[in-house]
Amino acid sequence: MSPMKYLTEFRDPEKARILFDEIANITTRPWAIMETCGGQTHSIIRNGIDQLLPDKIELIHGPGCPVCVTSLEMIDRALAIAAEPGVIFCSFGDMLRVPGSGKDLFTIKSEGGDVRIVYSPLDAVRMAQQNPDRQVVFFGIGFETTAPANAMAVHQAKQLGLANFSMLVSHVLVPPAIEAIMQSPTNRVQGFLAAGHVCSVMGTWQYEPLAERYNVPIVITGFEPLDILDGIRRCVIQLEAGRTEVDNAYARAVQEKGNLPAQQLLAEVFVPADRKWRGIGQIPQSGWRLSDAYAEFDAERRFDVGGIVTQESAVCRSGDVLRGQIKPHECPAFGKECTPRSPLGATMVSSEGACAAYYQYGRFATLEQA
Amino acid sequence: MSDLDFEGWTCPLPLRDHPNIILGHGGGGKLSAELVEHLFLPAFQNEHLASLGDSTVLDLGGQRLAFSTDSFVVQPLFFPGGSIGDLAVHGTVNDVAMSGAQPLYLSAGFIVEEGLPLATLGGIVTRMGEAARAAGVMLVTGDTKVVDRGHGDGVYINTSGLGLIPEGVHVAAHRASPGDAVLVSGTLGDHGMAVMSVREGLEFETVIESDSAPLNGLVADLLAAVPDVHTLRDPTRGGVASALNEIARAAGVGILLEERHLPVKPAVQAACELLGMDPLYVANEGKLIAILPGEHADAALAAMQAHPLGSDARLIGHVTEAHPGILAVRTAFGATRVVDMQVGEQLPRIC
Amino acid sequence: MCLGIPGKVTEIYEQQGITMGKVDFGGIQKEICLAYVPEIEVGEYTIVHVGFAITRLDEESAMETLALIDELGILEEELGVPDEVSD
Repeated sequence: MSPMKYLTEFRDPEKARILFDEIANITTRPWAIMETCGGQTHSIIRNGIDQLLPDKIELIHGPGCPVCVTSLEMIDRALAIAAEPGVIFCSFGDMLRVPGSGKDLFTIKSEGGDVRIVYSPLDAVRMAQQNPDRQVVFFGIGFETTAPANAMAVHQAKQLGLANFSMLVSHVLVPPAIEAIMQSPTNRVQGFLAAGHVCSVMGTWQYEPLAERYNVPIVITGFEPLDILDGIRRCVIQLEAGRTEVDNAYARAVQEKGNLPAQQLLAEVFVPADRKWRGIGQIPQSGWRLSDAYAEFDAERRFDVGGIVTQESAVCRSGDVLRGQIKPHECPAFGKECTPRSPLGATMVSSEGACAAYYQYGRFATLEQA
Repeated sequence: MSDLDFEGWTCPLPLRDHPNIILGHGGGGKLSAELVEHLFLPAFQNEHLASLGDSTVLDLGGQRLAFSTDSFVVQPLFFPGGSIGDLAVHGTVNDVAMSGAQPLYLSAGFIVEEGLPLATLGGIVTRMGEAARAAGVMLVTGDTKVVDRGHGDGVYINTSGLGLIPEGVHVAAHRASPGDAVLVSGTLGDHGMAVMSVREGLEFETVIESDSAPLNGLVADLLAAVPDVHTLRDPTRGGVASALNEIARAAGVGILLEERHLPVKPAVQAACELLGMDPLYVANEGKLIAILPGEHADAALAAMQAHPLGSDARLIGHVTEAHPGILAVRTAFGATRVVDMQVGEQLPRIC
Repeated sequence: MCLGIPGKVTEIYEQQGITMGKVDFGGIQKEICLAYVPEIEVGEYTIVHVGFAITRLDEESAMETLALIDELGILEEELGVPDEVSD
């Protein structure tokens, strides 16, 4: 057991049991709740929280993993840049295995591309300083949580006058995705667990109009088991009472206004843009791109890859899975053409994607029955 | 948003098998296993290879010999708690010991990059010599090749090892049986995280040191206390999760671990949290997994805990008839999740 | 989407014009950018994502959340909720 303060306490099995009991007590009807963030999904699957909730509570895993939702097209652009001679292509680790049209970054590396894993975008800036004769490109993916880090990297590159640093920006935003889900005629989501760390940066105020417009409770929720259970509990309280408010269940890390210094730099470095989501399609104004003041650091321009356009071919039904229309095993490709080893859709690509999780657990459940 | 076609949410085509070798083929996960199964086994096919253990057991003139080989490409060459030199000795000593054998002789092959300072190579082989003496084995044959600058990370080392298996000892992956206890000799993930802490781009300051150590003494003590050990494995690349998945498949049994019994040092746990990794998948170089009849678990645990390299030994789970071929973990909350083999190596996550 | 881990600030300094610092995560230390938490002081906790402190961790709120769960437990006990989970 880890003695990490403010982490260990929020994994306490005794306290979790209290919350499981409480949720069971207050739930009288079936409710479909979407956890928006991939980190929450990871925690739910890793701890088996979904197995211990009352049957009436259905958790729908939302499209909140920045790695999974990065569009095929953007990955193809990344692959093209990473394959350029002289380029050092830096990425977060979990992006290296995500396939584009025909390859992933690991394949590019095996073909001679210089692909490196970094922990922080600032590491890529440092790499550009240390390698003045090389072009260093950082793959700037992420939701609002990661955006301040990427913004600072570009900002610092500008301050330092680094002509050999650029960023391939593929930022996505949570509120437009929630809106897209709620506007779908077949939507089943009745309540949201909003992503705590996104709100640490952006605040909670963005969600007030969404809760009002779509009559849906939105509970800002953290990532540890107790946080997730408390988020579910608060969401169920609202659903049972017919309330549709924004509630903050992650007060230790989220304030109404969010992180103002971060928002300030974000407004300087990025501007809203349309963005394609893998397995979902283009959602208007659902992302950020570099502002004109920082356009010189745009890798798409520097490497002229903006012309790479990739259609996502219709093979699997991960879109339906993402929206909770079908369970993963109801997809005809599930477990056949589509496995974690050769994934068709975003939900199978990520180890915490709904399909990957079902694949693992489904295998187990089938064998236990047999 | 009228142009959004929700019913037409689409997906990409699959990523086909890699036409080239990628790093993951060496990661000890599924890609490694597939390489062995589809490429090496058909080419080399013979009955000795089929066991796929850490070492092969050969019958030579009435003596049972354990034979194993391993190559070491670790970066950096020196890391907290060890170097490529002592690792190359410990790795092969341990692979041989996992057959229940006492390792005796080692070979060493060096592939050295042009330009490597002699002092560096000297430091590495000095540590190798010390490690061999401490483990009670002799380096009795070797080879050196030099490759052009830029064609190797300083030095790669291959070692092979031979050992004798005592009478009455029959240790093999396929012997793991329902009702067996699963023991681990100490904390998980120390080596992998020690190396990670000095890897470019991911560095952090820590007291974590590699657990690199020769396990033959521990194995001897364990076998003296419990001769009927069914299976031994040192969970190196791919960690405990990969080792137990392999055993579950080889023996056609299920394995269920108790998450709260897994021994993990706080600093290793913290590093795993920070990088988004699971200690179950992180490499060890001085730990063993022992699978043995449940009724001997206490005696085995006592024998292991009495040895300096086994003081943190724990009973972490058991072998079951349920879910054959699958490793599962009971979480701290009482739920069960499947722990599959990784595809390639474990990568730091942001999500 | 966002792996964020709580850690304790142990050192604050300037580097290339940016506020940086050392943060301790249960025994391991890493250099972290503190530019977005200008009010943070040594000894306080923050949540770190990809090398950046994204918010100050409010220790009082953390304790309140935990206390609230304990209260629920006491209430459940008083109301005689059956304890179905056994170890």
